[in-house]
Amino acid sequence: MSVSTEAPRLARRVRLRYDEVRDQHVLLLPERVIVLSESAAQILGLVDGERDEAAIIAELQRRYPDADLAEDVREFLAQARTNKWLQSEARR
Amino acid sequence: MIALPKASDVEVKPPMGILLEITHRCPLNCIYCSNPLELARQDQELGTEEWLRIIDEAADLGVLQIHFSGGEPLLRPDLLQLIHRANERGMFANLITSGIGLTRRKLDELVEANLGCFQLSLQGATEQTMQIVAGGPFWKKKLEVAGWVREVGLPLTVNSVLHAKNLHEVGAILDLAYEMGADEIELANTQYYGWALLNRDHLLPSREQIEEAARVVEDRRQRYGEHMDIVWVVPDYYDDFPKPCMGGWGDSLLSVTPEGTVQPCLSAQVIPDLNLPNARDRDLRSIWYESGAFNAYRGFDWMEEPCRSCDRKYEDFGGCRCQAYMLTGNAAAADPVCTYSPHRETILEARQQRKTPETPAPLYRSMDGPKA
Repeated sequence: MSVSTEAPRLARRVRLRYDEVRDQHVLLLPERVIVLSESAAQILGLVDGERDEAAIIAELQRRYPDADLAEDVREFLAQARTNKWLQSEARR
Repeated sequence: MIALPKASDVEVKPPMGILLEITHRCPLNCIYCSNPLELARQDQELGTEEWLRIIDEAADLGVLQIHFSGGEPLLRPDLLQLIHRANERGMFANLITSGIGLTRRKLDELVEANLGCFQLSLQGATEQTMQIVAGGPFWKKKLEVAGWVREVGLPLTVNSVLHAKNLHEVGAILDLAYEMGADEIELANTQYYGWALLNRDHLLPSREQIEEAARVVEDRRQRYGEHMDIVWVVPDYYDDFPKPCMGGWGDSLLSVTPEGTVQPCLSAQVIPDLNLPNARDRDLRSIWYESGAFNAYRGFDWMEEPCRSCDRKYEDFGGCRCQAYMLTGNAAAADPVCTYSPHRETILEARQQRKTPETPAPLYRSMDGPKA
């Protein structure tokens, strides 16, 4: 798997929020609502355009010292990129 | 008469989305418009305070997606204020617009108001088709607006309503949307309500046209799929089973007309005796959970045969209530698109009634009634 050294940033068409009425974390996109798991919400909550993948993993590791989570986080971020939840380079 | 299901029969979830038709006024005159023939006049529209209250009530109810539509929503001077409030309340704001009337400055203001997505309608892929479908010289302005939206980097969805007058251009429409930098294009097929129903014989495509268009869409999906999502739904007149209209009546969406009538779908007004509630008189929570109109076709108890004993009801909820009413006179009947419907012949007949040399010219939408 390729490891990105760039700091990921949420795509402009994506908003992360907590939905109080349904007591869940959601990702809002044009015409779509994606319900996030607690761990997905924690990872995306650290995506701020400043932390790179290593910094995101380090912060999660600090929160959950006993978990072996690096690979899962990388995989999730790769999937998030594929889903266009994260900013990528302009297509042309 | 509408039989109301017992409250215990149906578990009602909070709604996910709301569509606000903030005005019926529109600079375009589209022959496929699904607005009612009797359009709301400006003096009948809800005021700013009323729309703001509706937005607040929707947020309290759990709505996450809000759509500002019309008519042309840009004609309301309070649009920015409404979008701003929707954002404050954590909703994702979508603007559904023709782009006509937009200025560069207004676009900057929309960006500042934190608009989530700009949804631009595209009536065809050429100036000539645009003129025929929308009844005016809107082509150049639309291209200009698309250029601006790309410049400011706002998420762009292109909406194209397809019918016999533009289906042959579907490939070019997809090419154009890609050139415009759209993240997504929604190819919706005409819903035959309002003005579209008036012009149905002109708009209803042939099966061959649809099959050809499906091939072209597939080709473009191969080409653009990675960069631009293509949403394409086959028109249900040519299906054997109905669509799960709105994901079920009163399941996740509500819409509000310019005068404040609240509907479970955009066209529910065609069903008489529904006694649709108005947001001027009642708050959205009571409308969503308690009104007769929203409870009328929730769950399965209202169903008649062949739906009642059919397992497909869990997938398609009996199809579209409005279509059932318009084609059979009974809103609780199976959607006649269904192969099992005893009224299936109404769909088969409609397919035959496409334009002939004797069909009068299509009529254009206008506030003063149909115009040739």
